[in-house]
Amino acid sequence: MITATDITKRFGDFEALHGVSLEIPSGSLTALLGPSGSGKSTLLRVIAGLEVPDSGSVVIDGRDATGLPPQRRGIGFVFQHYAAFKHMTVRENVAFGLRVRKRPKAEIDSRVTELLGIVGLGGYGDRYPSQLSGGQRQRMALARALAVEPSVLLLDEPFGALDAKVRAELRAWLRRLHDEVHVTTVLVTHDQEEAMDVADRIAVLNDGDIEQVGAPRDLYERPANGFVMGFLGPVTRLGSELVRPHDVKIAPLPEPGSSEAQVTRVVHLGFEVRVELELADGSQARVQLTKAEADELELAAGDIVHVRTVGGRARISA
Amino acid sequence: MRRLGLRVIALGYLAVLLAIPVGLVFYRTFEHGLGAVWDSVTTPAAIHAFWLTLEIAAIAVPLNTAFGVLTALALVRGRWRGKALVEAIIDLPFAVSPVVIGLALILVYGRGGWLDTGVQIIFAVPGMVLATIFVSLPFVVREVAPVLREIGDEQEQAAATLGANARQTFLRVTLPSIRWGIAYGVVLSTARAIGEFGAVSVVSGKIAGQTETLTLLVDKRFSNFDLAGAYAASALLAVIALATLLAMTLIKPRKEPA
Repeated sequence: MITATDITKRFGDFEALHGVSLEIPSGSLTALLGPSGSGKSTLLRVIAGLEVPDSGSVVIDGRDATGLPPQRRGIGFVFQHYAAFKHMTVRENVAFGLRVRKRPKAEIDSRVTELLGIVGLGGYGDRYPSQLSGGQRQRMALARALAVEPSVLLLDEPFGALDAKVRAELRAWLRRLHDEVHVTTVLVTHDQEEAMDVADRIAVLNDGDIEQVGAPRDLYERPANGFVMGFLGPVTRLGSELVRPHDVKIAPLPEPGSSEAQVTRVVHLGFEVRVELELADGSQARVQLTKAEADELELAAGDIVHVRTVGGRARISA
Repeated sequence: MRRLGLRVIALGYLAVLLAIPVGLVFYRTFEHGLGAVWDSVTTPAAIHAFWLTLEIAAIAVPLNTAFGVLTALALVRGRWRGKALVEAIIDLPFAVSPVVIGLALILVYGRGGWLDTGVQIIFAVPGMVLATIFVSLPFVVREVAPVLREIGDEQEQAAATLGANARQTFLRVTLPSIRWGIAYGVVLSTARAIGEFGAVSVVSGKIAGQTETLTLLVDKRFSNFDLAGAYAASALLAVIALATLLAMTLIKPRKEPA
C-alpha cells in the first residue's frame, strides 16, 4: 500500500503537482494516466524518491518514506529509455542490485538465472544491452528491478519507446507477470488504451491534479468530468450533453426525446461506421454505429434522421 | 574528383604543418648516426631534465585527473549557484598565455608575494609543478563533462533505486561509463604537461641540473647554437609524447560494447 498525501512539487516557476493525494492498494496494478505535463511522471518519481516533494508525505507499506533516499524505499523502478548499464552484460545488469547488497555469489547466480527465465532472456545472459532489441532491453530492466524483490514496482512509460506491436506484446506479458508475482505496481502512461488494457485501477491526472481514480470501466462509463471523459475515449456533443458516439441512437422517425438532424457524411471503417450529423441548432455531432446497424438504416448524406442518447451511461452536461 | 581534391588539401595541410616539421626533427637528430644522439641525451643535465619532466607530469596529471573528474561531476550533475562562473574560470588556462601564468605565480608565491611562506616555491620544482597543473587543468574536465552529459543520469538513478549508495554508483556505474573520456583527458594533460614551456620557464629560474625540464633544455641548447643537441632533446620529447598516445591506443579496446 502506498499513500501519497498533499504532494506539491515545483520546478522553478512551474508547479508540476498541486497538493496531490493518492492511495495505491497493495497488490494492485495502478496506472497514472494523463497527457504530457500533467505531473504523472513527477508523482511516480516522488514515490520512488528520485524527486523530493516541496510538501506532502509518502508512506510505503506503513513506513514514512518521505525523507528516505531511493536506496532505502524497497522499490523497483523501470525507466522509459531502459537505463541499461551499457558496460555490463545482461547477467551483470540483473545481478546489480544483489551485488551491491553483497549477497552470496551462488544465490545471485541462481536468482539471476531464474529471473532471466521469467522474462524470456534465458539465452541472452552474456550479451551486452546494445546487442538486444528495445523490447528485450526493457524486459532486462524489469528483471533487474524485480531481482531485489521490491515491495513496489514503479514503471515510467515503460513501453513508450517501443513500436506498437512490441508494446502490445509487452503489455500482455506485464499483465501476466503481475498476476503471477502480485507486486504492487504503478505504471505511468499517456496511452488510455494501455491503461485500460493493463491496469485494474486508473488515476487520471491533468495539470498537476488528480481528476478521478477508479476501475477502468467505471472511469469510462461514469467519468467525473469532461476531461476524464474525453481522455478515456471518444466524445461527441449532442445538444447540451457530452456523450460517447456509440451511445447515440439514430432512427428514421421521431421518438420520445429525440431531435432532428441531417446526415452530412457516412464513413465506412470496416466493422465500425461513423456518421457525421448536423443538428437543428447548427452544431456538429459524430455517431458510431456497427456495420449491421448502419446497413439497416441505409443512411446517405442529406438524409433527415432523429437522434437520442441511449444506454444512459457516460453523459455530462456541457 | 572533388573528394580527391579535398583529400589532397587536408593531407597537404597536415603534412606541411605537422608531419614535415616533426619528421625533419627526427631526420636531423639521426643524421649523424645514433652514437652522437645517445651521447647527447645521456649527459647528466639531459638525464636530469628527462626525470624532472616525468616527475612534474607524474604529480600534475593525477592531481588534475582527480580534480577534473570531481569538477565535471559537480558541473554536470550539481545544481548550485555560481556554476556558470566556475564553468568560465575552468577555461582560463586555455585563454591566458602561459608566460602570464608564470608571472602571476611569481606574484602570488614569490618573495614578497601574497602567499610568501618562506618555503622556496618559485625558482624551484614546486613552482614548476604549480605552473604545470595550471596550464593542464582544463583537459580532464573538458573531456569528461560532455561524456557525463551524454550518458545522462538515468543509469545513476537506476543504480540508486537498486540500492547502490553514492560510492557504489560512482565506482560501478559512472566511472566505467566515463573511463575513455578520462583516458583521453589524461593523455592530453600528459602531453601538455611534458611539452609546457612558457609558464615553467618563467618560474623555473633555469638552473641546470636542478630546475631544467626537457623543453627548457631544448631551448638552452638552441640558444647556445648546439643544434644537434637541441634536436636530440626534441626527439626525446617527441618519443615520450608518442609513447603516451601509443599507451592509450593499446589499452583502448578496438570495439567498445557501447
